[in-house]
Amino acid sequence: MRGIITVVGKDMVGILAKVSGVCSEYNVNVIEVSQSILQDMFCMIMLVDFEKCSTSFSDFSDKVSAIGDEMSLSIHVMHEDIFNSMHRI
Amino acid sequence: MINTHDILETINMIQEENLDIRTITMGISLLDCIDSDIEKACSKVYDKICHKAQNLVKTGEEIEKEYGIPIINKRISVTPISMISAASKGDPIKFAKILDKAAKEVGVNFLGGYSALVQKGFAAGDIELIKSIPQALAETERICSSVNIGSTKTGINMDAVKLMGEIVRESAILTKDNGLVGPSKLVIFCNAVEDNPFMAGAFHGAGEPDCVINVGVSGPGVVRAALSKIPDADITEIADTVKRTAFKITRVGQLVATEASRRLGVPFGIVDLSLAPTPAIGDSVAHILEEMGLEQCGACGTTACLALLNDAVKKGGVMASSHVGGLSGAFIPVSEDAGMIDAARNNTLCIEKLEAMTAVCSVGLDMIAIPGDTPAEVISAIIADEAAIGMVNSKTTAVRVIPAIGKKDGEEIEFGGLFGVSPIMKVNTASPAKFINRGGRIPAPLQSLKN
Repeated sequence: MRGIITVVGKDMVGILAKVSGVCSEYNVNVIEVSQSILQDMFCMIMLVDFEKCSTSFSDFSDKVSAIGDEMSLSIHVMHEDIFNSMHRI
Repeated sequence: MINTHDILETINMIQEENLDIRTITMGISLLDCIDSDIEKACSKVYDKICHKAQNLVKTGEEIEKEYGIPIINKRISVTPISMISAASKGDPIKFAKILDKAAKEVGVNFLGGYSALVQKGFAAGDIELIKSIPQALAETERICSSVNIGSTKTGINMDAVKLMGEIVRESAILTKDNGLVGPSKLVIFCNAVEDNPFMAGAFHGAGEPDCVINVGVSGPGVVRAALSKIPDADITEIADTVKRTAFKITRVGQLVATEASRRLGVPFGIVDLSLAPTPAIGDSVAHILEEMGLEQCGACGTTACLALLNDAVKKGGVMASSHVGGLSGAFIPVSEDAGMIDAARNNTLCIEKLEAMTAVCSVGLDMIAIPGDTPAEVISAIIADEAAIGMVNSKTTAVRVIPAIGKKDGEEIEFGGLFGVSPIMKVNTASPAKFINRGGRIPAPLQSLKN
């Protein structure tokens, strides 16, 4: 399955490194990354593949959210299908 | 990859605008639990519910986590208990208690179906069950009850209407020291639907499969936010925006329903296309109507705005789901909607206006606190009026009023949680006693003769 990681918050050093670090730790492959600054807010969206993930989705999601809490960022990991079904007919 | 704007829109809907799945409701048929021995029947009921719904809450929580969409309630609806208790001939309270125990065992917060369908008359078991409702609701925690007293096909059973006015009052009296929970868990329907996932009126109809998953979506906040972005649009554009938003909301409902059905190995029933408000800030149907241009909900124009909203929600939602059902439309429960509470507090919204609104939205007079001294026949007459609107317009209508025992209009009662706060609304007290005491049936209207 594929998921989308979104990171929104104040720009600072090391956001990409930390998030991709967790991905690599749990063998989650990053397929695509897009990042931009929207109204002074850093906004990063990663498309990732959980096919070979070494832990459960829920555990991975908790780990990523923990980085969010630590860096005061809003980070969400969600199944790709929720976006597909909402925005594609 | 999906476009960034779309991704952020979805996240914003969930985080800021209270988009959620209001309920995953598992419908369970209890017809195979019928037994002439009430103890055996109760034990079969308990076993069947615990077996079928053992993974319901866990699966709901997994989906919630994986898709990042809150699923507020996991619930169960069962076959109307009067059909089961009729064969056992014992005290129906025993069923209420066993259902409550089963609900607690599987971890659902409400279980609906302590119900009777008496639109044309009382069958064996119906009267006993109806008379036991006040006690059942007072002595259990999670049981919800409903009674269908009329339909377009059959007309209105006025004997049942009379009885239900008394039952609502009695239910309030029995729970007056317990937050009036009795009447807040009791709905009186006309044209009740068999696959409604929303409490308190959910039950699993006799024509339904053995076990089924129904999902109710929500998202008044999302619709309001979408409308706030087009402040000067004309009404056509407003209707279009509501449609587009309802489509997106319903797609999430369809996704969750299909996924829950697959993981639980239970067939998917329907998605209920509803806008169900909660007392949370930004989750109000009244605020959508105000966004359309009313100073406050209840002003002249409210019925027209609500009609537009209700219709656009259905048009948008219907293409997003493979099976649409339940009540499908906007709900207007007064105590559960921050905008309606405010409008009722300053008397912009009165019970007569709400009655008019029920002619164009999905249900009826919902979660309305009325003065504690309102006589039973006045409550019966409120039920009769609502049922008449439902019967003539071939739609579901319902009454869930709460007689606030010991309080008068102008005061307020607090229910807590999702049930909210309610200002007590003034009720016209001119007596309908003679009409209500006549009994009999209002014949089915011409609308029923479609064959």
